[in-house]
Amino acid sequence: MKRIAFIVLLVLAFGLTPMACKQKSGQRDNSTGDILIGEYGSMTGPTATFGQSSHEGLMLAIEQINAEGGVLGRKIKIISEDDQSKADEAVNAVQKLINRDGVVAIIGEVASKRSLAAGSVCQKYKIPMLSPASTNPEVTKTGDYIFRTCFTDDFQGKVNGQFALRRGWKNVAILTDVNNDYSKGLAHFFREVYGKSGNIVADESYREGDKDFKAQLTKIKGTNPDAVFLPGYYTDVGLILRQARVLGLNVPFFGGDGWDSPDTLTLGDVVNGCFYSNHYSPEDPRPEVQAFLKAYQAKYNKTPDAMATLGYDAARVMADAIKRAGKADPKAIRDALAQTRDFAGASGIITIDAERNAKKPAVILEIRDGKTHLVDTILDTGT
Amino acid sequence: MDQLIQQLINGLSVGATYALIALGYTMVYGILRLINFAHGEVYMVGAVSSYYLAEWSMGWTHSLWVSLPIVVVGSMVTCAILGFLIEFLAYRPLRDRPRLVVLISAIGVSLLLQNLAQFQAIFGPTPKRFPELIQSTPVLYNAAHTIVLTNLDILSLGLSLGLMVIMTWVVLGTKTGLALRAVSFRFDISMLMGINTGKIISFTFMFGSALAAVAGTIDAIRYDVRPLMGLMPGLKAFVAAVLGGIGSIPGAVVGGLLMGLSETLVKGYLPSAYTGYADAVAFVVLIVILLVRPTGLFGRVAPEKV
Repeated sequence: MKRIAFIVLLVLAFGLTPMACKQKSGQRDNSTGDILIGEYGSMTGPTATFGQSSHEGLMLAIEQINAEGGVLGRKIKIISEDDQSKADEAVNAVQKLINRDGVVAIIGEVASKRSLAAGSVCQKYKIPMLSPASTNPEVTKTGDYIFRTCFTDDFQGKVNGQFALRRGWKNVAILTDVNNDYSKGLAHFFREVYGKSGNIVADESYREGDKDFKAQLTKIKGTNPDAVFLPGYYTDVGLILRQARVLGLNVPFFGGDGWDSPDTLTLGDVVNGCFYSNHYSPEDPRPEVQAFLKAYQAKYNKTPDAMATLGYDAARVMADAIKRAGKADPKAIRDALAQTRDFAGASGIITIDAERNAKKPAVILEIRDGKTHLVDTILDTGT
Repeated sequence: MDQLIQQLINGLSVGATYALIALGYTMVYGILRLINFAHGEVYMVGAVSSYYLAEWSMGWTHSLWVSLPIVVVGSMVTCAILGFLIEFLAYRPLRDRPRLVVLISAIGVSLLLQNLAQFQAIFGPTPKRFPELIQSTPVLYNAAHTIVLTNLDILSLGLSLGLMVIMTWVVLGTKTGLALRAVSFRFDISMLMGINTGKIISFTFMFGSALAAVAGTIDAIRYDVRPLMGLMPGLKAFVAAVLGGIGSIPGAVVGGLLMGLSETLVKGYLPSAYTGYADAVAFVVLIVILLVRPTGLFGRVAPEKV
């Protein structure tokens, strides 16, 4: 008898959980108290520094906004979820934020793969999602509730192509991660621009999770390139550069914002003289950049990387949209986000276009002795 | 031509660590007819423990000749203890059960170790770069620098061939080896002959795990350390053991080196559209070889013992 009672209780407990959640989100009153904004990101996992940096920038922005009195006379409260750098966890995280916490808007993710997975959930529940750094063109095509405050892969790939041409490199080899849409996207648009007048001597690939790249690097070395385009993430960049230098492949490597991480800068000699395109440079003299730098340094005692800057900008764009919406309502926030024009962010002047993407220039940074130096700014890619 | 030689070096160097892991698979299979699916995770624990040992030893000494032995021997001891515990806790109580039960238990141990390593307190999910104990540096190269042999290439190849020789000697030339062969031949009869089978099995697990630790240490130094790093090498080494003829010691080494070579040559010589699928090609090679020679390259046709 006891056992039957236990089973009945168990069934009830599981059966009622979804109902309880549904009621909670349905009943949540969004007109008083703190404004709840959800954030999901990779606090742990292979791309942990992306998530952590973005989170730090975002928290700094929210702290500043709340110190100035918040928006609509209310404070903003961030609820953070860790997706462990996994796409399925990102979906769970967003579902939790919407159904359990009843957030009015969501900020995240850095990686496009996870933004794509979680974006469809946000679109389904009609909760606006603002990605701080997902550069894959597909992300905002998920639906009219998905936005971003960064440029896209097509733009960044073209910027790199333009940069390679400006640099006068006649022969360039490409090494792409075929398991990663970001990497493939960049390589595709790089070929489009650079291939017109430059010479692509090798077009090699690897798979996310590979650790030995010597076979591809040996092949690339045999073609004597002037430089190697490597549109991968920083975890791979470190392994690849170390192996390339051992094999005697000593030409410059260059890539996209996936390189941007403190881990890349601490690689030492192997990364000296390499380049990557990025969203911002700490050397930019604009007052928004310098004010942000100072505040970030005061709070965290380090120089912000691009992800921190983008997280900061995303939070401020979101707060600005809520202010203009006049109420903490997902639909009103969505409409206000779409209206964002010439917002002076730390990562550039942000205008959201009809495709819900941000239009702004990219910078090219050179790595030397553990520091980055601004060498070029590119807005027009000549196509 | 130079490029081919370089690719062969690359492939052998990768294959050497597969060979070291495969030796552990093959020994355990030879004696228990059990595929120890947790073996890839033992390799991972070898990498993790060598990471911590390197960090610790470099805190008080700058000499490579003090640090390196501590790292290698220390991680071998750690893994030997782990191998003993895995067998004692997860396999021994199931000795009389159907083999499938033990196999499931092995998969359980594998998942347990993977997830334990992802705890921040133990290692954490983020990949970590190995402390700068030894850098991979070229030691032998031709004038044009088109053929490069690094210190780690030599270390991994030397260790896997050397340990293969030592193992062959242990199995063929010592009393423990004789007992090991007896247990492998007839488990129940060897017990009647006064052989302590429990002890022999523990020894096998400890020896195999220590070899995996060496592989883990080498890969930790030349790549990096991740909690899920045991997955692919574990799978490939298992394939290597089957390829060479499971149960055969030279077979495991040759199988491992072949796996490394085929993987590297696929990446180096097939059109680049396929390089991302090098692993798939390597596994297709396995299927073909097994279709032609079901017992593997060095395997003997063992009549079912009744």
